[in-house]
Amino acid sequence: MGLLDLTAVELAGQIKSGKTTAVEAMEAVIANIDSKEEELNCYVTFDREAALSAAKEAQKKIEAGELTGPLAGVPIAIKDNMCTEGVLTTCSSKILGNFIPQFSSEAVKRIEEAGAVVIGKTNMDEFAMGSTTETSAYGPTKNPWNTEHVPGGSSGGSAAAVAANECFCALGSDTGGSIRQPASYCGVVGMKPTYGTVSRYGLIAYGSSLDQIGPLCKDVTDCATIMEVIASHDKKDSTSVERKDTDFTSALVDDVAGMRIGIPRDYFGEGLDPQVKEAVLSAAEVLKSKGAIVEEFDLSLVEYAIPTYYTIAAAEASSNLERFDGVKYGFRAKDYDGLHSMYKKTRSEGFGPEVKRRIMLGSFVLSSGYYDAYYLKALRVKAMIKKAFDEAFAKYDVILGPVAPTTAPKLGSSLADPIKMYLGDIYTISVNLAGLPGISVPCGKDDNGLPIGVQLIGDCFNEKKLIQTAYAYEQARGKFE
Amino acid sequence: MSKQYETVIGLEVHVELATKTKIFCGCSTAFGGAPNTHTCPVCTGMPGSLPVLNKQVVEYAAAVGLATNCSITQHCKFDRKNYFYPDNPQNYQISQLYLPICRNGHVDIKLEDGTEKAIRIHEIHMEEDAGKLVHDDWEDVSYVDYNRSGVPLIEIVSEPDMRSAEEVIAYLEKLRLIIQYLGASDCKLQEGSMRADVNLSVREVGSTEFGTRTETKNLNSFSAISRAIEAERDRQIDLIESGEAVIQETRRWDDNKAYSYAMRSKEDAQDYRYFPDPDLVPLNISDEWLGEIRSCQPEFKTEKMARYATEYGIPEYDINLITDSKKLADIFEATTSLCNQPKKVSNWILGETMRILKDKDMEPEDITFSPENLAKLIKLVEAGTINGSVAKDIFAVIFDEDVDPEAYVKEKGLAQVSDEGELRSVVEKVIADNPQSVEDYRNGKDKAIGFLVGQTMKAMKGKANPGLVNKILKELL
Amino acid sequence: MANVIDDATIDYVGILAKLELSDEEKEQAKKDMASMLDYIDQLNELDTTGVEPMSHVFPIENVMREDVVTNGDESEKTLFNAPERKDKTFVVPKTVE
Repeated sequence: MGLLDLTAVELAGQIKSGKTTAVEAMEAVIANIDSKEEELNCYVTFDREAALSAAKEAQKKIEAGELTGPLAGVPIAIKDNMCTEGVLTTCSSKILGNFIPQFSSEAVKRIEEAGAVVIGKTNMDEFAMGSTTETSAYGPTKNPWNTEHVPGGSSGGSAAAVAANECFCALGSDTGGSIRQPASYCGVVGMKPTYGTVSRYGLIAYGSSLDQIGPLCKDVTDCATIMEVIASHDKKDSTSVERKDTDFTSALVDDVAGMRIGIPRDYFGEGLDPQVKEAVLSAAEVLKSKGAIVEEFDLSLVEYAIPTYYTIAAAEASSNLERFDGVKYGFRAKDYDGLHSMYKKTRSEGFGPEVKRRIMLGSFVLSSGYYDAYYLKALRVKAMIKKAFDEAFAKYDVILGPVAPTTAPKLGSSLADPIKMYLGDIYTISVNLAGLPGISVPCGKDDNGLPIGVQLIGDCFNEKKLIQTAYAYEQARGKFE
Repeated sequence: MSKQYETVIGLEVHVELATKTKIFCGCSTAFGGAPNTHTCPVCTGMPGSLPVLNKQVVEYAAAVGLATNCSITQHCKFDRKNYFYPDNPQNYQISQLYLPICRNGHVDIKLEDGTEKAIRIHEIHMEEDAGKLVHDDWEDVSYVDYNRSGVPLIEIVSEPDMRSAEEVIAYLEKLRLIIQYLGASDCKLQEGSMRADVNLSVREVGSTEFGTRTETKNLNSFSAISRAIEAERDRQIDLIESGEAVIQETRRWDDNKAYSYAMRSKEDAQDYRYFPDPDLVPLNISDEWLGEIRSCQPEFKTEKMARYATEYGIPEYDINLITDSKKLADIFEATTSLCNQPKKVSNWILGETMRILKDKDMEPEDITFSPENLAKLIKLVEAGTINGSVAKDIFAVIFDEDVDPEAYVKEKGLAQVSDEGELRSVVEKVIADNPQSVEDYRNGKDKAIGFLVGQTMKAMKGKANPGLVNKILKELL
Repeated sequence: MANVIDDATIDYVGILAKLELSDEEKEQAKKDMASMLDYIDQLNELDTTGVEPMSHVFPIENVMREDVVTNGDESEKTLFNAPERKDKTFVVPKTVE
C-alpha cells in the first residue's frame, strides 16, 4: 500500500511515529497532482514551492514537538471560497481573480493549528452556485472515476481531489448539498455539520443562513477527526453556536443496535435512478442486519424544499454579492463612463451566467411589492419544513436516503436547463433549510462504475449519531474501491 | 399670495453614538486619523467578514428611547438596506426597518411665546454610518475613506408634527439636550455627529390631507436648517401657486447659495430590498436588562433645575442657562464641589466662558478645561492672591490650555501686591507725576481718581490690589 | 399561472443588481426568471396562515461584544487589494456631478 492510499488519520499516525514525514507525504501528493491535475483540474491555486516549504516547516515543528495536533503534517486542500491569508482566493470567479485575502478563515486557522498543511485552493462552482463545478470561471473539474463526468458541486474540486489522491482530505462548504453531493459523485465521505457548528468567518458568503463548512475525506474516521478540529464557538460569527459535544471521534463506534432509522418514502419516488435506489436501500439493509430499527415514513413537503431554497438563497446571495463592485478589491472593468457604468461593467464582466441568474432572481424577490409574496412566503415554508423534520426526529435517530437522484451526469449536460439542475438538489437542500447535519457515505456504484452515496440526516447537534451510523456501515461495507 | 398655507414638517435625525468602537467591529470611532487607519475587514466589507453587535449601541439607543417616552421593542432585529454607493462598502447598510428598537415616543417643546407642544417620535432605529468621499478638484475621481464606516448611528424619525422652523429648532435643541444628558452623543451639527433631514410639505390652512413632501439633506447648522425650511416652503408654494405639482424627491441644500437641488438619478431606484440580516441574530432586551438601562438614566434638565435651586441657591436665570448644556452643568457641579462658591462658578461659566465660546464660535461640548483649574482660579481670587482682571487673563489661558492657575501665577509672577508700604510708595510717585489729575480731584472731579488708580495699576503691571490702591489714594489726597 | 417578465422588469432588476445585460442575455434572463417564478409559485399551494417566517433556525439571541477597541491601524491590509488607490484612499469615479 502506497503512501497516497493512507487516510488522513493513518498518515498523521505514520508521521507521528516517524515512519514517514510531512515532506514525503507532500511530495507524493505533488507527484500525483503533476500526473493527474492537467486532466482533472481540481485546483484553482496550487503553489508547489509554497506547499513544499509549508510541509518542511511542519515537519520541523513535528520533530521539535511543537506540532502535535491530530492532523500534524497531513496535506489538505481548501475550497476556494475560504479566505487564506496571502493566498489567492477566487471563489472560482473572474471578479475575485486577483483577490489576496489579508486574513484566514477561522476553519482554515483551526485546521492549520491542528497541523494540517494547505496544498492549495480547490475549484468550485462560481460562488458555490451550481451542482457540477462547471460554472467555475477556471474551467470544469472532472470526475476522477470517469473524466467524461462531472465531479458534482459546488465543492467539486475538493471532492475530486480527495478521490484522486491529490490531497489526503479537504474542506468544502455546503449551502444546498455542495459537500454531500460531490462526495457522493466522487465516492468519498462528506459531511455538512449543524448550522452554526463551524465558524463562517472567512467563508465568502453565498446564502448566509444556509452555508456551512465541512470535511470531504476518505473515510468516516477522517470525517470525525476533521469535524472535531473545525467545530468551534467563534465570537466573530454571531450565528456560531456554543457546543460542548464536539468530541466527534468518540462516536466512532461500530454499533447501531437499536438505532432508529427512518426512510422517507417521499425520497424514493419519481425521478430517482433505480440503481441509486437499490444501492441506498441495500445500505439500509446492512444497518438493519447490524441491529438498527429501520422503517419507512412520510416526511412531507419534500417537493417544496427546492423553490423555498432558491428563493432564500438567491435573495441572500443578491445582497451578499453586492460588495463585489470594483471599488475595494478584485476585478474592475477597463472602460466605463462614470460610477454606475463602472459598477455595471465590472459586475457584468466579472460574474458568470449562473451567478447573474441568481442575483437577478434574488433582487427581484426582495424588490418592492414582491417581498411578502416570495421572500416571506419562503421563510414561512422553511418553518414548516423544519417542523416536519422535528416531527420525524421525535421518532427516529437518523433519516436515511439518497444524496442525489442520479450518479454524476456527463460534462456539459446540466447547465442548459436550470430547473432540471436544481431538481438534482432535492434530497440535500431541505437539510440546509432546517439547519441539520448530513453525511454522505459511498454505498455502491452504477453500471458505469460511477459512485453512489447514501445520505444520513440527523437532528440538530446530533452529528455523533450520524458518525456512529456511518462508521458502523463503513465497517460492514469494507473499503470502497 | 391669496391663499394661506401651512407648513408640515417631520424630521429624520441621525445621531452618532459616543461609543469607543464601531457598531459591528472593534475599530475605534475616534475622529481624525489618516484615511482608512480605523478600518478592518468588517467595516470595509471584505469577503468573508461578519458583523458582531456592540452592546453599548443597544444600551444608548434604548436609553434615548426611554428618555423620549418611546416604547422599547424588546424583540428587535437588524435588516439590510441594499443600495450601491462607494461610501457603503458592502453596498448594503445594516439598519432596522421591520422591528426598530424604539417606537411611539414624544418630546415636549416650548416656544418663544410660551406655548408648549408635544412632537411625536415615530421610531428610533440603530444603523451603521457610511464612509467619507472626498472629491478631486481637477480629475473626475473621488477618494474613499472608511474610517467613519460602521460608526454607530441612531435615526430618530419624528411624526410630521412641526409647523415652523422655530418648532423644528426647538425640537432639535430638546433632542440634543436629552441625548447630551444621556452621554449618548456629543450631538455636534458642524462635525456631523447630529444630522437632520427635513421632510416638508405645504397645504392650505384648514386642509386635513398632507401635500406631497420633499426630503432636504445636507443641513449642517440650526441656521442652515431654518433657511432651508423657509426656502423649501417658498419653493413649494410657488409651484402650487403657478399650478405645478410638487414632486416627491430628495433635495440637497447648498447653504452658500441658499438653494436646494434635486438629487435625482435614473440609477437610483429607491428600492432598498430590506430583509432581515442573516449574519446577525435577534435581540431580546429582557425586562431585567431594560431595568438596568432605565436605572442608569441621568438627572435631566427639569430635575436638575429643581435641585440647583435648593442646593445651590443661585438665581433661576443662571440655573436655566447652565442646565441648557450637560457639559456646562457638569462643569458647574464639579467646580462647585471643589470650591463651594456656586454663584462665583456660575458667574465664570455664564460670563467669561460663554463670551470666549461665542468669540471662538465654539459649543460648550468643545470645552476642554478642567473644573479643578477653574476652582483653583476662584480660590486664588477669593484669597486675594490675584485680582479680578488678572484672573480673567489667566482664565483665557486655562480655557485654551487648561493650565494650573497656581503654578501659572507663580511662574509668571502674577500674584496681587497687597503690601501697603510698597503700594504707598508707588501711589506717592503717581500723585507726584500727575499734578493735573490731583488738582482735578481736589476740585471735585471724582472721576480723576479712576485715572490715578489706572496709572497705579499700570505701574504695578496690573497686579496691585485695587481696593488697597483706592484706599491709599484717598488717604493721600 | 405563468409569469411573464417584461423588458421593463428586467431593466429595473438590472438597475437594482447593477448588471448590464446584452439583448441576448436579456431574453434569456426573461425566460429564466419567468420559469423560476412559475416554479416558486408552487409554494402558493401551501397554506402558511399563522406560520411565522423563520429567518434563523435556532433561537440564538443577544450575541454582542463589549465596547472595547481591539483593532489597530490596518490600513495597508484594507488597501492591499484596491483596484485603484491614491495614498491611503480608494479611488472611484467621481460620485458628484
